[in-house]
Amino acid sequence: MTGTFVGMPSFPAFPAFPEAAREAVGDGVLRANLRHATHTIRDKRARAVAELADWDRLRAAGKAVKDHTLRHLDRYLLQLEESVTAAGGTVHWAADADEANRIVTGLVLATGHREVVKVKSMATQEIGLNEALEAAGIAAYETDLAELIVQLGHDRPSHILVPAIHRNRAEIREIFAAEMGRWGRPAPDGLGDDPRELAEAARLHLREKFLRAKVAVSGANFMVAETGTMVVFESEGNGRMCLTLPETLISVVGIEKVVPTFRDLEIFLQTLPRSSTAERMNPYTTMWTGLGPSRGADGDGPSAFHLVLLDNGRTDTLADEVGRQALRCIRCSACLNVCPVYERAGGHAYGSVYPGPIGAILSPQLRGTGSEIDASLPYASTLCGACYEVCPVAIDIPEVLVHLRERVAQGGPVTREGVRVRIRPAHGHTAERAAMRAARLLLDRPAALRAGERLLARARRLRPRRLPGPGRAWTDARDLPELPPEPFRDWWARERGGRA
Amino acid sequence: MRAALFVTCVNDALYPRTGIAVVRLLERLGVGVDFPAAQSCCGQPQYNTGYRRESEPLLRRTAAAFAGYPYVVTPSGSCAAMVRAHYPRIARLAEQEGRGSGLVAQAEDLVPRVYELTEFLVDVLGVTDVGAYFPHAVTYHPSCHGLRGLGLGDRPRRLLAAVKGLDLVELPGAEECCGFGGTFAVKNPDVSAAMGTDKIDSAVGTGADVLCGADNSCLAHLGGILHRRGDAMRALHLAEILASTEEEPLR
Ligand code: SF4
Repeated sequence: MTGTFVGMPSFPAFPAFPEAAREAVGDGVLRANLRHATHTIRDKRARAVAELADWDRLRAAGKAVKDHTLRHLDRYLLQLEESVTAAGGTVHWAADADEANRIVTGLVLATGHREVVKVKSMATQEIGLNEALEAAGIAAYETDLAELIVQLGHDRPSHILVPAIHRNRAEIREIFAAEMGRWGRPAPDGLGDDPRELAEAARLHLREKFLRAKVAVSGANFMVAETGTMVVFESEGNGRMCLTLPETLISVVGIEKVVPTFRDLEIFLQTLPRSSTAERMNPYTTMWTGLGPSRGADGDGPSAFHLVLLDNGRTDTLADEVGRQALRCIRCSACLNVCPVYERAGGHAYGSVYPGPIGAILSPQLRGTGSEIDASLPYASTLCGACYEVCPVAIDIPEVLVHLRERVAQGGPVTREGVRVRIRPAHGHTAERAAMRAARLLLDRPAALRAGERLLARARRLRPRRLPGPGRAWTDARDLPELPPEPFRDWWARERGGRA
Repeated sequence: MRAALFVTCVNDALYPRTGIAVVRLLERLGVGVDFPAAQSCCGQPQYNTGYRRESEPLLRRTAAAFAGYPYVVTPSGSCAAMVRAHYPRIARLAEQEGRGSGLVAQAEDLVPRVYELTEFLVDVLGVTDVGAYFPHAVTYHPSCHGLRGLGLGDRPRRLLAAVKGLDLVELPGAEECCGFGGTFAVKNPDVSAAMGTDKIDSAVGTGADVLCGADNSCLAHLGGILHRRGDAMRALHLAEILASTEEEPLR
């Protein structure tokens, strides 16, 4: 199969955020699509959340459950393995993307089938599973509507929940009309861009795949340690089809998705749908426990279940006291929808399947800060705090951003593959570091500061229109403020007390 | 009552009018104002850009300059938020890393005494009508650090609403960031300018004459866009509006 969606490479060669964002900022259609979509969903979410009088307590409870689980992650993962195994499933451990891809590819090949249907999953995108499967001659079909649009459009997802958020109806119609026929049932003749028509075309196209496929690959929103239960939340029902029809079900799940008890789900059943789709409850919640009593035996549900537990940088992230809170994330995407930077830059600028504020703190931790894109992500924020305010598990994203900036600018201790190492500052920060140091030296010497301020005041008639050096970018879009005739200190000395 | 003015480095060098306005306003309300000259910058640019260690001496300086004052008032929400939200952490890490003996105590002593201007007026002095006069249509942009960092709530808007002659116009999307973000404006100039331009479009769309804010950094960014575009609207710090009276109107 050619031209299918190519997954993320694990070490990205993406341009730094500012460059990638420049393109999006200049794309009027993209900006309009993003603005419309994010504003609609954020307003709806605010209304859905406001309905719950105990939202703050739910948020605190979700945070507490996740923190507790992360603190005892080893214990709960072993318990989970035991429960899943006892229920007839098989558990595999994958340290990184390559290992996970190898395991899944091997499992699919062993079935003798060369097609899989996929439930939308961030973990499989993170590891580039579709690409790995393709290399092994296996066709992977995305069945989530938005993922389908992305896959058919030879595109990359740009949002956690709505991967095709950057596309409008007309663009989607074009993609369906041109591409569907190459992978299966073609789009009906004369397809219009009415959302109902588009959804119906996708339904018919996908139905064929559901009924044919013998292997399905999914992720999971939660895994319950005490029972071994996997949980998938979804809106369209395509996931339910994939999770019940095929013979073999393979789930690839990040190790941070475990919760201790079934009862803990009570919290997230309320907070996740409201935060992500602004629904009181998600339309489809599919839960399965190993093969379960009714699975396989009576032809209902898969006859083989494999769980691939994915680390891929998570244990290293867990070792960081400040940064580990990113692992609480339940991928609701609320932070994307309120982020003013995401709204202008679009999801692709983040160079990862995790865009927006959570991507800005997760990617540089999972992948390290070695690449240009990962070193620029912690700076892709104004620290306005809207993401923290909206997060249903209270991840203090601005705090982690500043923490990671420190790592980029000054270097410091990190854990890589389980080993504590000191990293050096990222490239290109030498001049900035010198400037920060010089500024601090000046600011820490009142006499020098005062002299500098007077010099500035004396230069006021010059008022340049453009600044040189790094300040240039400022004066590209903005004029400099008019310089005052004297600094405040001098006014004070003259008018009040004669001392300063 | 006496209070120390923490004017902040940006206001000292670029916006002395704001500092002067705070002095006039507080004196008019019966508060004696001191200006400890040893003060400088709170260290926010360094800290927020990832140079935590460079912010430590400025923390020490700020804490020392304001030692002993029961009230430290600043016309900058972001500098107040820097002290309140980050000084304890910076001090703790400095001590852990062997650089800052006594720094935690200094930081913790300072934190509860620092007030953003509108907090000081509303919470400490208990006034919302400060006797100001400003006969213009004004729209208010609540900067993020004041809004979410400090939780200023409607204090600034209550103060503005009580100003005689002032017509307070709602700013659509007020709670959205203006795109300044300290060094963000330099590191991500395109996104920053796009955000600022959207903010200015909504502000100009209100038909107000004045865009008011309580943080001159955001106002420098927004005012810079207004000026470049040649819009008639002007950006003005809240303190200057509150300092304006019928006898001594703001020019
Ligand atoms: S960081 Fe919080 S708001 Fe963002 S996707 Fe994760 S859980 Fe949702």
